[in-house]
Amino acid sequence: MNEKLYLEDEENLGTQVDESYDQVYCRPSTLTDVPFHYCPGCGHSVVHKVLMEVIDELGIQEETIGVAPVGCSVFAYQYMNIDMQEAAHGRASAVATGVKRVLPDKYVFSYQGDGDLAAIGTAETIHTVNRGENILMLFINNGIYGMTGGQMAPTSLIGQVTSTSPYGREAAQVGNPIKIADMLCLLPGAYYVTRQIVHNPNGVRKLKKALIKAFEYQKQKKGTCFIEVVSNCPSGWKMTPVETIKYIEEQMLPMYPVGDLKVPQN
Amino acid sequence: MEKKEKRTGEAKLMKGNEAFAEAAIRADIDAYFGYPITPQSEVLEYLEREIPNRHGLVLQAESEVASINMVYGAAGAGARVMTSSSSPGISLMQEGISYIAAAQLPCLIANVVRGGPGLGTIQPSQGDYFQATKGGGHGDYHLIVLAPSSVQEMADFVFDGFRLAEKYRNPVMILSDGALGQMMEKVILPEEGSLPKTTPAWATTGKKKEREHNVITSLFIQPEEMEQVNLRLQEKYKAIQSEVRYEEIQTEDAEILLVAFGLSSRICQKTVDLAREKGIKVGLLRPITVYPYPYARLNELASQVEFMLTVEMNAGQMVEDVRLAVEGKVPVHFIGRMGGMILSPEDILHKLESVQESHNAVNV
Repeated sequence: MNEKLYLEDEENLGTQVDESYDQVYCRPSTLTDVPFHYCPGCGHSVVHKVLMEVIDELGIQEETIGVAPVGCSVFAYQYMNIDMQEAAHGRASAVATGVKRVLPDKYVFSYQGDGDLAAIGTAETIHTVNRGENILMLFINNGIYGMTGGQMAPTSLIGQVTSTSPYGREAAQVGNPIKIADMLCLLPGAYYVTRQIVHNPNGVRKLKKALIKAFEYQKQKKGTCFIEVVSNCPSGWKMTPVETIKYIEEQMLPMYPVGDLKVPQN
Repeated sequence: MEKKEKRTGEAKLMKGNEAFAEAAIRADIDAYFGYPITPQSEVLEYLEREIPNRHGLVLQAESEVASINMVYGAAGAGARVMTSSSSPGISLMQEGISYIAAAQLPCLIANVVRGGPGLGTIQPSQGDYFQATKGGGHGDYHLIVLAPSSVQEMADFVFDGFRLAEKYRNPVMILSDGALGQMMEKVILPEEGSLPKTTPAWATTGKKKEREHNVITSLFIQPEEMEQVNLRLQEKYKAIQSEVRYEEIQTEDAEILLVAFGLSSRICQKTVDLAREKGIKVGLLRPITVYPYPYARLNELASQVEFMLTVEMNAGQMVEDVRLAVEGKVPVHFIGRMGGMILSPEDILHKLESVQESHNAVNV
């Protein structure tokens, strides 16, 4: 990417690096220079980066339009250096439908959290997939409303303590965690449904592969691709980032197991 | 406002809703997103029947909430796009309309108003005047609102509406009603392809190398910035005041002025004739744009007439704007019916005479 490398430590700031070194990493051009506002350890940053890396590597920056949600990733358009629209709470997939229908040859994705996609926007989610809209729906499931300060989400686990379930989530009162990705598999419009993680390098690599597949399927106009990422919320869960990894593996993944839920039938 | 449509075709007999839908195709819409609701379902039905054989795109959404957000997405992507509904459906759209106004996206929204509140009735009403002209959703914003009074105008205002929407980057509402939507009248449709279209530079069509990424948003979380956004919107609404349109009927020598919009103004035309036959000098002012509103002209007429009578199919909504306009110079009276009931020309004449009598009694 960058042709020349410069040192960034204070003492040698701006000194050109010996060109015999191989560059092993650089920021994708599909990310702006704006620093992420996400809390330390939050999965959103990783998902943003991986998504933008894929768009960069596929060379589709000029062909991609993203739709941001209401939630912690409401400012996604500040970081993603592509044309973007910011949707009302829950309506990202309807907005993405509007974009895709008038620009059918562009790549379109929506990016939503669990409250947005699986509570207030459930109708839009189901019907977008049922129409088989040729878009990618990226769903970040961290089981909590992060932006508004840690309230119970439709995907919060039974017994999970949040600011609106201070004694733990009770099924008898508010129902069970909703497994929306599993539900969507029933719809013929869903072409590819998978659940991934970003809290370890292996998970990140697999998410990247899933994203590449999803864009390829979109190009082939196969129907809706739905990628769920089981993620964390250190601030909302009131844990250190390291503790959140343990919580994901021990609590979240038994409810939301990683892997493909629906793959193309050949 | 700008020129009348070129109308060279032959006259057809059409329902208001169908004339509106046909005009939309002729205005070269890229997309229509809608949801069935009486009394406007013919719009969606007509487009679903016609568009596959002609041009554009029509999609029946899962709700009015989804429709208006599809409109947001398509408008943000630079398309000429519209939706239509009736009162309860328009209520559901209000959040999306607020976002569209805030993000400054051009689009056309028709409200074929029915009687409310609540589920109400499917009969015609003008009960959504406040909602249409004062904002409707949250925050300080305005739609440009055109109020047709004939099937001809149901067709013409599609063109006028898009012209205004695209000129000001502002949503435009056609404030119709169940009678105008359902009734059949003679209409000469605007010529196909006579409304030029360009893809705006701000649209999200895919980031080109030579420009920054385009973002459609209504989120400006710093209050200083949000205030500036609001000030820019208010500047735009000031500029929009120059688009005010109204029609005057026999106001030259009028001593009494009827003020009515849409269907009510059609009824009032007959009342003017009936009154004139009896030697009462009555005129009619019909606001064609109900936002912007013809405050200045009504204020001028207040110096000429003895009193005004506002006629509406509601409990008295536009009458507040008439009172604002005349600044207390003359009494402003009101007559209306609600819940889908329609006044007759004689009802209005009777009211007018009784008001006149009470005025004369005071003046003696």
